[in-house]
Amino acid sequence: MSTNEPQGPTAALDARTQARGGARRSFEVGSLRDYGIVFAFIALFLVLTFSSDVFLTKGNLLNLADQSAALGILACGMTLVIIAGGFDLSVGAIFAVTAIVGAKVTNSSGAELGVLAALTAGMALGLVNGVLATVGRLNPFVATIATTLVFRGLALAISGGFLVAISDASFGNLSQPRVLDVRISVFIFAAFALFCAFLLNRTVYGRHLFAVGGNAEAARLSGVRVNRVRALAYVLMGFASALGGVLVASRTLTVDGNTGMGIEFDAIAAVLVGGTSVMGGEGAIWRTILGVFLLALVGNGFNLLGTDPLYQRIFTGAIIILAVGSDAWIRRGKRA
Amino acid sequence: MVKRYGGVHALRDVDVTIRRGEIHALVGENGAGKSTLGKILAGVVRPDGGTVSVGGRAVHYRAPHEAIRDGIAMIDQELALVPARSVLDNVFLGSEQHRAGVAKDRQARERFRALAARTGFDLDPDAPVGSLRVADQQKVEILRALARNAELIVMDEPTAPLTPDEAQRLHAIMRDLRDRGTTIVFVSHFLREVLALSDTITVLKDGRFVQSGPASEQTQDSLVLAMLGRSLDVAFPDPAPPADDAPVVLRARGLTRAGAIEGVDVTLRAGEIVGIAGLVGSGRTEVARALFGADRIDAGTIELDGRALRLRAPADAIRAGIAMLPESRKEQGLLMLRSVGENITLPHLRLVAGGGVVRRRGESARARELIERLGVKCDGADAPVASLSGGNQQKVALAKWLMKTPRVLIADEPTRGVDVGAKSAIYDLLRGLAAQGVAVLVISSELEEVLGLANRVLVMRRGRVAAELSSDEATDEKVLTAAFGTSRRVKGIDEEEAA
Repeated sequence: MSTNEPQGPTAALDARTQARGGARRSFEVGSLRDYGIVFAFIALFLVLTFSSDVFLTKGNLLNLADQSAALGILACGMTLVIIAGGFDLSVGAIFAVTAIVGAKVTNSSGAELGVLAALTAGMALGLVNGVLATVGRLNPFVATIATTLVFRGLALAISGGFLVAISDASFGNLSQPRVLDVRISVFIFAAFALFCAFLLNRTVYGRHLFAVGGNAEAARLSGVRVNRVRALAYVLMGFASALGGVLVASRTLTVDGNTGMGIEFDAIAAVLVGGTSVMGGEGAIWRTILGVFLLALVGNGFNLLGTDPLYQRIFTGAIIILAVGSDAWIRRGKRA
Repeated sequence: MVKRYGGVHALRDVDVTIRRGEIHALVGENGAGKSTLGKILAGVVRPDGGTVSVGGRAVHYRAPHEAIRDGIAMIDQELALVPARSVLDNVFLGSEQHRAGVAKDRQARERFRALAARTGFDLDPDAPVGSLRVADQQKVEILRALARNAELIVMDEPTAPLTPDEAQRLHAIMRDLRDRGTTIVFVSHFLREVLALSDTITVLKDGRFVQSGPASEQTQDSLVLAMLGRSLDVAFPDPAPPADDAPVVLRARGLTRAGAIEGVDVTLRAGEIVGIAGLVGSGRTEVARALFGADRIDAGTIELDGRALRLRAPADAIRAGIAMLPESRKEQGLLMLRSVGENITLPHLRLVAGGGVVRRRGESARARELIERLGVKCDGADAPVASLSGGNQQKVALAKWLMKTPRVLIADEPTRGVDVGAKSAIYDLLRGLAAQGVAVLVISSELEEVLGLANRVLVMRRGRVAAELSSDEATDEKVLTAAFGTSRRVKGIDEEEAA
């Protein structure tokens, strides 16, 4: 019972009802709320196109996509977890552990087994998070802050605190070769994003994710196995972290215990900027993809325009405040 | 006064005058605009047109605190309290007296004592609000309104969550407040209560003003007529008894859950409607939840068609053919963020899916079919379920169990917060399902509903079945006697009913 905030949920529902139900009348409001990220992305794209000669070149854009691949994969996984009403701060740590596991196993048993070991390890660590946050009844923030420490420690322990260089150069073939000028990493990113979108929109599991995040009790009373659905979201998140870790390891061919430091915040930022609700039960993969690229454009813009990169963080933070805030402000404005 | 939600008018051209020091009731079917009108008065929502004047001065409230400044406070259906904080903190929440930001605790205690003395409420100022019963939480809300010097209090369905006893006490409090000069506007579904309590009654229908006048000129029939625009026969036809040889579908023995229910036996036969009556908190809902696998049981057995069931989660019960309409549709029944169609297909989504992938065309066809069968009024299966009125939402919450006809349907408060029209549609549906051979278990706080629908009534008291009555034996008096366990208390209820 939400006896402590009677207006919050109903107000939000009113606004959502208006935004969607009254499609014609409140078109302006509905579209601004639903498609604000699209407008922001297009605006930034146009600004960069006109203010930099280099921006709108095939090389720059493809490079941008390649650089965003690992983060994008993490953000897609994060979207599933957040829609299911969860949260995962440990993805950066999983990213590091799996990259190191992948590197070590590759060095001892070859690239194929290395990749397999990394992905399996990712899912196993995801399962740990999932079990803690569901059956273990830990708040997901608390659970994944704790596992971040554990996993980071694990990464340092496995690597012995040293840089691990991948001796098998074929490991680089996972992401580096180009097909039609596009790096493989971009194709892997696209495939994973499509997979997640399909999962979310077309499958029984996707419906259950929305149900569990939107109203866990109603979902349970409708026969949805809430813990199982949530735990699986963390497993998929672990898989995504590992996939991202493998791609980055394949690009640099060296990894250490500090790999992927802070990438969890970039992934969460991309999801939130895209407009997926941090409350769960709402969201979409396309939003996250736009969020990833919006943040990538900001970084790219700072590079191309030669602005001090110090300001990039400030600017990115401001964008998150604007994106998430405007959503709340529009809802509130339309409430009364 | 005009208020629109989406493209739908919640209120149009309603004129109401509320006189100082009266109890003014707003009545109407669900979706008639009663609550919306109350919320506009209290500044919770803004009107899209029209004016509100207070004491002859036009006002435009943009937020509740602006209305509070003018002495208008609202007590919502869902109470707005901070459960973990004390009664004292809650009463003065937002109106704390302080010196340089430091709360003056001693003064607050004095003010609290004064307020408690004025109202005669006996509340421990240091008890955490979350530990109080709903009736006492309401008192905290009333004290808060008075602490803010409210001269007009808007109450939305104040007695809905209360037992008859508690409701009666609240009535006394409301009368007392009025006698001391406070104006009360209240929204209610209970016509008897409205007639007994109010000085003036305003009737709304479909967001329009129907009539407003002294309560003394109205009767239940005249109000129903005004609300509906037609007279409705609320009498129930005699329930059709199941065939003598109808097989037992569900048999539960000795259901026990510590602190909730003890040794409860329930037998449901095919085509039978069994009612559970009893006070709120007597264990009715807990029996339903145990039969549905929503709560673990500490002891007892459940058999379906003679085979023992082990229910570890609702999913197990659903697979066995047991369905449950939960008591609160917004919190337990529906996904308010999703569409009508998605809500309907959720429990049996696999029926319209292949290999884990939802077949959209098949899904929307099944959803449309059920929307039509239950007469849900909505803009198609893709309409957000939050945009529907309470009655239509309840129909959706029922429809989701009919995609595959269940063996057993448990309906907990099937018509709570539902208008008269939807009520009779839901009754017809439950009877129709029983006629098809579904075993139906109905739990309701409305005695006439249980007596009218059921072939057999179980009366619960303090977690046990206090009486089992056939429909011929079951009368108001017998049920209430069993529910209260004493005849003295029943007399009190009868007096209130007569009032």
